[in-house]
Amino acid sequence: MSAVVHDHDDAHGHAHGHGDHHGGYSGLMRWITTTNHKDIGTMYLWFSFVMFSVGGLMAVVIRLELFSPGLQIVNPDFFNQMTTMHGLIMVFGAIMPVFVGFANWLIPMQIGAPDMAFARLNNWSFWLLPFAATLLILSFFMPGGAPGVGWTMYAPLTVQQGIGMDLTIFAVHILGMSSILGSINIITTILNMRAPGMTLMKMPLFCWTWLITAYLLVATMPVLAGAVTMTLTDRHFGTTFFNAAGGGDPVLYQHIFWFFGHPEVYIIALPGFGVISQVIPAFSRKPLFGYASMVYATSAIAILSFIVWAHHMYTVGMPVTGQLFFMYATTLIAVPTGVKVFNWVTTMWKGSLTFEAPMLFALGFLFMFTLGGFTGLVLALVPIDIQLHDTYYVVAHFHYVMVAGALFAAFAGIYFWLPKWTGNMYNETLAKVHFWLTLIFFNMIFFVQHFLGLAGMPRRIPDYPLMFETWNKISSLGAFGMGLTQLLFLYIVVNCIRGGVGKAPQLPWEGADSLEWTHLPTPAPYHSFETQPVIK
Amino acid sequence: MRGMKVLSALAGLLGLGASGTAHAIAWYFQTPASKMAADIDWLHQLVMWLIIVIFVGVFGAMFYACWAHRKSRGHRAEQFHENTAVEVLWTVIPAIILVAMALPVTKVVIAQKDTSAADITVKVTGYQWKWGYDYIKGEGEGISFLSTLATPREQIEGSAPKGQNYLLEVDNEMVVPVGKKIRVITTAADVVHAWWIPAFGAKQDAIPGFLRDIWFRAEETGTFRGQCTELCGKEHGFMPIVVRVVSADDYSKWVGERKQKAVQASAEDAKDYALPELMQRGEKIYATNCVACHQATGKGAPPAFPPLAGSKVVNGPEEAQIDVLLNGRPNTAMQAFKQLSDAEIAAVITFTRNSWGNKASEVQPAEVKARRK
Amino acid sequence: MDRARENRRLSRRLAVVAVGMFGFGFALVPFYNQICAALGINSLQQPDVVNTQVDRSRTVTIEFDSNAHDLPWRFKPLVRHLEVHPGELATVEYEVVNVRQAPVTGQAVPSYGPQYAGEYFKKIDCFCFTQQTLAAGETRRMPVTFVVDPKLPGSIKSIALSYTFFEVAGRGGSS
Repeated sequence: MSAVVHDHDDAHGHAHGHGDHHGGYSGLMRWITTTNHKDIGTMYLWFSFVMFSVGGLMAVVIRLELFSPGLQIVNPDFFNQMTTMHGLIMVFGAIMPVFVGFANWLIPMQIGAPDMAFARLNNWSFWLLPFAATLLILSFFMPGGAPGVGWTMYAPLTVQQGIGMDLTIFAVHILGMSSILGSINIITTILNMRAPGMTLMKMPLFCWTWLITAYLLVATMPVLAGAVTMTLTDRHFGTTFFNAAGGGDPVLYQHIFWFFGHPEVYIIALPGFGVISQVIPAFSRKPLFGYASMVYATSAIAILSFIVWAHHMYTVGMPVTGQLFFMYATTLIAVPTGVKVFNWVTTMWKGSLTFEAPMLFALGFLFMFTLGGFTGLVLALVPIDIQLHDTYYVVAHFHYVMVAGALFAAFAGIYFWLPKWTGNMYNETLAKVHFWLTLIFFNMIFFVQHFLGLAGMPRRIPDYPLMFETWNKISSLGAFGMGLTQLLFLYIVVNCIRGGVGKAPQLPWEGADSLEWTHLPTPAPYHSFETQPVIK
Repeated sequence: MRGMKVLSALAGLLGLGASGTAHAIAWYFQTPASKMAADIDWLHQLVMWLIIVIFVGVFGAMFYACWAHRKSRGHRAEQFHENTAVEVLWTVIPAIILVAMALPVTKVVIAQKDTSAADITVKVTGYQWKWGYDYIKGEGEGISFLSTLATPREQIEGSAPKGQNYLLEVDNEMVVPVGKKIRVITTAADVVHAWWIPAFGAKQDAIPGFLRDIWFRAEETGTFRGQCTELCGKEHGFMPIVVRVVSADDYSKWVGERKQKAVQASAEDAKDYALPELMQRGEKIYATNCVACHQATGKGAPPAFPPLAGSKVVNGPEEAQIDVLLNGRPNTAMQAFKQLSDAEIAAVITFTRNSWGNKASEVQPAEVKARRK
Repeated sequence: MDRARENRRLSRRLAVVAVGMFGFGFALVPFYNQICAALGINSLQQPDVVNTQVDRSRTVTIEFDSNAHDLPWRFKPLVRHLEVHPGELATVEYEVVNVRQAPVTGQAVPSYGPQYAGEYFKKIDCFCFTQQTLAAGETRRMPVTFVVDPKLPGSIKSIALSYTFFEVAGRGGSS
């Protein structure tokens, strides 16, 4: 892949940061009014970090209470609020926006476009988020507090909640709107704005994973909106969607929610896959193995994700045929996912490997996402799920795929692209420390939770029988360590922005070969590819 | 098949190891008390071995590459990036493995759902936050009782040492005879709950307004404990399930005792009581059913859980307070307690009306009966 | 610019998909009911809309009545009356014969005596929920599964359930 024309801005490559370059505004107004994809990407990333911290604090409260049997620091009602909001904030406020941050920063650069298709819509999509997050936090201060229904918000428990539930429903609507608008932007950008010669099968896999994810979002977020709207009307306007007395059915809510909920987990995972697919080839100094298969496998995962939702519901009492169908369909997803894992390992095979922080996180991802995938296979099998559903085994499983999976991929991506974004190199030693501590503490928290689930500890309980004490203590200690370690991450990032360990070279990663590395200076200029390159 | 025997032996060893340490630190499935639970355990071990083999294979390769193909070791990168044959292979082979795995699993799925020809049928109702048991068919038909957490609040709050069955003990256990097929029909009175005994491998959601069913057959006598497994509100972690499996004779004895208790209870409902009796009984019922929200001090936790001390309702007309207990308050956490007997409701109401500075009239069972529709 | 128009077109289409999926979420409500009915999944379901306690302390007599309003159908209940306990599920059947030599579609409308008793009469399964088309000369038996709400006032000792079939206009042949 070689470009012929460099555009005017690239030749200068100044780091941005001067007010007069940025639409005339400086300070807060710059950020409020910006339509620049790099600025908006930065805002998404910082927003998600703040949300990680808030959600992380809630996790610490949860693990503090669970440190010992008995009720020590919070009452059960507040504990339920903690688990609920921890989930909602982490899913909608942290892990989804971090990847939208990546999308904003990278997609235009990787396809040779000057910006996103709808730059102003991009700004609105972002600013909806802090507003929604405020609503979520505000629910704590309502009479009755935040809802205590789990992030899954099952009916009819939701009908019993106080007004905090309504605030949460509105927040979910707004978060959904932000995702849908952002996805429309991403799809249009990728389909319509690629530089000449940048065919779909030439674009970096990161862009492919986001294209597919954006379609999933457009198709499923509205269904979530429907589910929470029905909850709202059941609560206040006399409908009985989920109330048997009126001809409705609580299980209907679960079907509608999980029809969204299952694709949602792939929405979280797929962009992470995309990041890994950039990082591993770069640090193996070898092209991604089986690019076409990776595209097909990702598409297969996305399509299959629509027909497996009821594996979250094996115990509701569905007939055998239903259980069998969803079991077979769910185990089928293991096939394309396995293909991806094999391809990543084969990319490394006979490469020339180095292990800087991005690569460490990518390997951590590979190892532990696969472990999480395997426990997912265990859960997919109905008879085993009967014993493990709604226990800590499930909690362990999804934290492995979403934290050791998606979050590690995000860390890999942040370290990988920090030089391109800031023009500086981050402190590699500290970053390695961040990796190892996060890895150790993460496993301390969640590996032992598999045992808790196998032994019979249910989810979402603030207190537990004595036989679960040992693993709970270990898990809680790990949580405190993991939380503190992320302060190190904050330091590394802020330090890098402020200069880090020195200016980054044009190409800090020998094996990186996408457009943002080969065609743009480091740091990337505020406006890039205003004239699109021609790709051969 | 010898392969299967070796596998089972290995699996059995693992299980033995598991159960051996089960007392010390619980880390694996509880010892199976039904063939279903044993089958599930066996399936799990089969899948685990499969996973371990694949995992070791794939990550063995990965770690090998990390070591042998390092740049610092001087390894130069080859540039291959495609191989259709290999891709087809590692698509087809996992698919075949999964299909092969599906067969033994499917058998168990179908067996789990077959609730026909049960010896005894028990209807289990989930309430916020207790279970109700109704024996509706088979020996013991007609028996009906509530099962509430028996662990004293002081243990939960840390002012008393925790007992061995902390959070896993109830006032009235579900009792079944050993070796008989028990069909459990679940439903709920308010929100979704779930009934689960790990040792039986039986878990079923309890959906308000609908009936669902599962079955189990306990192969040995003993006491088996589980917990509610679907978030159902504040006290979700405090509504355990205890099933005591006894010999056929002991079961018949228990049936007799319970039927006698039922007769007693309806006799109780027909009587009138003196204040001290009502207070004594009411205090116990309050400690079991009300203290979690309204607190031992009667102060509650407003606004979600109003105080009873000085409350207008508690100090006001009896009918109004009886109605709240019988029907609950819609759109609040106050549930209907109409499943308690007339005597029980009369006692706990009298207790609230004469505690924490409240001074109001006592209530007799007949008045509660009159308010029931 | 051409590209701007292309972008707008694509974004409009995607917005339509999003709105459509929102509607799909609501469409899942009738889908769910239809699928459950078609697969007979709700056979175990006994909508516990009323207290599950069967009130064995009293019985209520249900009397069954039928009318075919200007329809060429012979329409009668197979049982004239039934004693039930409030809270107890019961099923009875009605029989309809289409004496016309052409298909006829009718809709049954229930009524109760006393009228206010209808509030306590919960029909779980009833032919009155859907239009019935009978072929020429066809005979059909149709069930009604019901439960009397235990909240039924004690003063009501008997409820009459009456169905009247009306012809659905625009369907069927001429007389």
